[in-house]
Amino acid sequence: MEVNLKIAEEFGLKKEEYEKVCKLLKRTPNITELSIFSAMWNEHCSYKSSKIHLKKLNTKSKNVIQGPGENAGVVDIGDDHAIVFKIESHNHPSFIEPYQGAATGVGGIMRDVFTMGARPIANLNSIHFGSSQHKKTKNLLRGVVKGIGGYGNCIGVPTIGGQTSFDESYNGNILVNAMTVGLVKKNKIFYSKAAGINKPVIYVGSKTGRDGIHGASMASASFDERIEEKKPTVQVGDPFTEKLLMEACLELMEGKSIIAIQDMGAAGLTSSSVEMASKGKLGIELNLNKVPCREENMLPHEIMLSESQERMLIILENGKEKEAKKIFDKWNLDFEIIGKTTDTKTIEIFFNEQKVVDIPIDFLSENAPQYDRKWKKVKLPQKIKFKKNEFKSLKINDCLKKILSNPNICEKKWIWEQYDHTVMGDTIQKPGGDAGVVRVHGTNKAIAASVDSSASYCNSHPLTGGKQVVCESWRNLISVGAEPIAITNCLNFGNPEKEKNMGEFVECVEGINEASKYLEFPIVSGNVSFYNETKDKGIKPTPTIGGIGLLKEYSKIMTMDFKKIGNQVIVLGKTDGHLDQSIFAKEILGEKKGPPPEVNLFNEKNIGRTILKLYQNSYIETSHDISLGGIMVAISKMCIKGNKGIKIGKLNNLMNKFEYFFGEDQGRYIVEIKQENLTKVEDILDKNSVHYDKLGIITKDSLEIENEPKLTIDELKKYNNNWIKDYMVN
Amino acid sequence: MKSSVIIFPGSNCDRDMDVALKKFGFKNQMVWHNDPKLPKSDLIVLPGGFSFGDYLRCGSIAGKSKIINSVIDFAKSGGLVLGICNGFQILTETGLLPGVLQQNRNIEFICKNIYVKVNNTDNKYFKNIKKNILELHIAHNEGSYFCSNQELKSIQDNNQIAITYCNSKGLSDHEHNPNGAIDNIAGIFNKEKNILGMMPHPERMIDKYLSGEDGSIFFENLIKNFK
Repeated sequence: MEVNLKIAEEFGLKKEEYEKVCKLLKRTPNITELSIFSAMWNEHCSYKSSKIHLKKLNTKSKNVIQGPGENAGVVDIGDDHAIVFKIESHNHPSFIEPYQGAATGVGGIMRDVFTMGARPIANLNSIHFGSSQHKKTKNLLRGVVKGIGGYGNCIGVPTIGGQTSFDESYNGNILVNAMTVGLVKKNKIFYSKAAGINKPVIYVGSKTGRDGIHGASMASASFDERIEEKKPTVQVGDPFTEKLLMEACLELMEGKSIIAIQDMGAAGLTSSSVEMASKGKLGIELNLNKVPCREENMLPHEIMLSESQERMLIILENGKEKEAKKIFDKWNLDFEIIGKTTDTKTIEIFFNEQKVVDIPIDFLSENAPQYDRKWKKVKLPQKIKFKKNEFKSLKINDCLKKILSNPNICEKKWIWEQYDHTVMGDTIQKPGGDAGVVRVHGTNKAIAASVDSSASYCNSHPLTGGKQVVCESWRNLISVGAEPIAITNCLNFGNPEKEKNMGEFVECVEGINEASKYLEFPIVSGNVSFYNETKDKGIKPTPTIGGIGLLKEYSKIMTMDFKKIGNQVIVLGKTDGHLDQSIFAKEILGEKKGPPPEVNLFNEKNIGRTILKLYQNSYIETSHDISLGGIMVAISKMCIKGNKGIKIGKLNNLMNKFEYFFGEDQGRYIVEIKQENLTKVEDILDKNSVHYDKLGIITKDSLEIENEPKLTIDELKKYNNNWIKDYMVN
Repeated sequence: MKSSVIIFPGSNCDRDMDVALKKFGFKNQMVWHNDPKLPKSDLIVLPGGFSFGDYLRCGSIAGKSKIINSVIDFAKSGGLVLGICNGFQILTETGLLPGVLQQNRNIEFICKNIYVKVNNTDNKYFKNIKKNILELHIAHNEGSYFCSNQELKSIQDNNQIAITYCNSKGLSDHEHNPNGAIDNIAGIFNKEKNILGMMPHPERMIDKYLSGEDGSIFFENLIKNFK
């Protein structure tokens, strides 16, 4: 087939990009070469719209072993151990085929982690659906949850946390972000940088089929009504093979035969071979007739673009082939030498004894297009002046009941009970807490992990929203007693060619970066997902932050369930009663405008550090951060979890009680303190200039605010626990 | 006491079982499914997981694997064989235990704590057990035990029902049946009571920081009954 502009455009290249290809090659590419360019130059692989902004990110700290640019980020957790972790999106495939889309999302991110030599020890996810009233939502939710479970459960890695939200901006474009945390010995980390000439290039894992061809290009374009036609571009997952591949790779990694290893993810064999050669400043030669295929008569460009799952590319030391093959034979996996490294700095591909590709590696990586796209700044919206009489007819309890059963607030047990969250025998905090916590097997340490996003805040003011998500992650880790270490981000945005969407991206990233720097909470890995739009309607900007922290003594983990009747409950951090963009404003007052709550990084850090100080002195019995729904929702959840009540006294200040109880001011926590420790705690708080309010005393079985009727714990449970089950079953 | 945990491709609770057995004093070794013969053992454990991906019926391919003949011989000679979750499914596939495990009633994977009542203590597994209602953990998609009426009568007559799902007080009813198992059955014995298959995972409940500690009671008791 003769290549021309029309074909190039069908492959996802823009006119000027195709012209650049021809100019670089000084000739017209053939169809296989065009495929390789289209795969390497698309948004998903090249980060062409985001790169100049991502370069500014804060990626270093004393704990960072590997920042962005590898399969995943790596951080030091002391002793001989390091943690490898990353979050990645699988949005487009999940909307088209929710089960397989979500399943292969989980499979892909786990491969990124075990490629580096780490055994995955925890999975998390952040999933976002359209309005609960939208006709597709129920099926998508069911399919995504089954897909995540179907893959993770089979591999035997616990899913310890996650986040689910519903918002009409995802009606035509759901988000599925999957995160994996792995554990590795510091001297056994594997990288994707090739080294040495004439080293064998090995293909291992599943056979190559036609599934997923153009998957990466699909993820780099918007949806239209012909979306269903794209079903064949969704990959099909096989968790059993992945489990075998993981065990085989980890077994091979015990020896010293691997020079470099990379999983075949987006753009399959193309991106893995090019990236490995590019990082090593080498060339690579492949013979496609050697690639194990499961379909007949596959053409070179199909083999190069296939996104069949559960495959890896390994560059091996010479002479180690036999010993390596033995391991893959044991696990019943294909093992083929398909090429070698060269000193030509070119990718040369042969098929039926003919050279079908001859492209200098630089053209694909360093010469890939980079855009400084136009973007628009978002002004801070005007604060809404809520009028007194808007609150007049409202009752605190009625508002609380309504908010507790809001889809974004309600208990998500229906989801996480479908995930195996206890396999591996080290889960010490299940989903449903502030952060999931797993022990570092065989030690006293534990890793806390949390995923967070706040699309409404980011939508209203991206800069503040970006900062807020990082802070929320930090708070969730602090709340369980973990020292926050680092974050990974999954940046889900609309069409970068639109100034509005690009602006949201730029400012969210700026906010994330600012908070990351201030909190010394570096960004070590991540992924960008643009073009989350259908028929020109983009999603709300949704950067997802996955944070991890370290508990030195897992036995000292803090949880959010109220412990003992008579103990004092304190709110740390100042409550100003910010209702704009809150669940209360939207759900009760019907007000969607206004700015998000302000983020004060100084206070954030100071309060977080002070809590860790109190924690180290064992002064905190229970802790929970305050987020969506404000004090009232936080307190309700602490009551429900601990099966205890609270008596809240008269408010000291003259603030409108709705603002006080439902405001979503940032940088706040609720803690439970023993009466005998109270003065010592107050002392430390005063010394560190942390604002606090004494909220109430723990009681037997009801939530009681002065001058309001009591609410029993059973009532709270009824409102909080049933929404999703009722929604899915009926 | 010597135990062996058999690893099939796709097993994923093998390490957890190894940790639990060792914690309570077993000298455990791991055995690969393709190994020609079993090491000398007092107890053989078939762990949980998704052997061979469970792409056919759960446990069916593992039930035909090389090592299984030795397991069958061992069991027939009176050796103790314990199958947890996928291991239980494998045991029914080999015919060592009657009945089958069907998909859960709600057609969803279920991972949560449940209670089981010990129905028969006249065997090595539960003799002298401290508590007869245990809080354990389940994690399965195909855990709904089913058998014909005739088989059910036979396993009842022979006291083969080992544990049944119940509430914290021991009440076995529809509400406390997580997966739709016939008669709330969570685990059964063979006629001779040397083979036990059960869906719950005691190995996930072996210290207070995990989901609970009642798994410890099971293992402590098991090793005591060996001595």
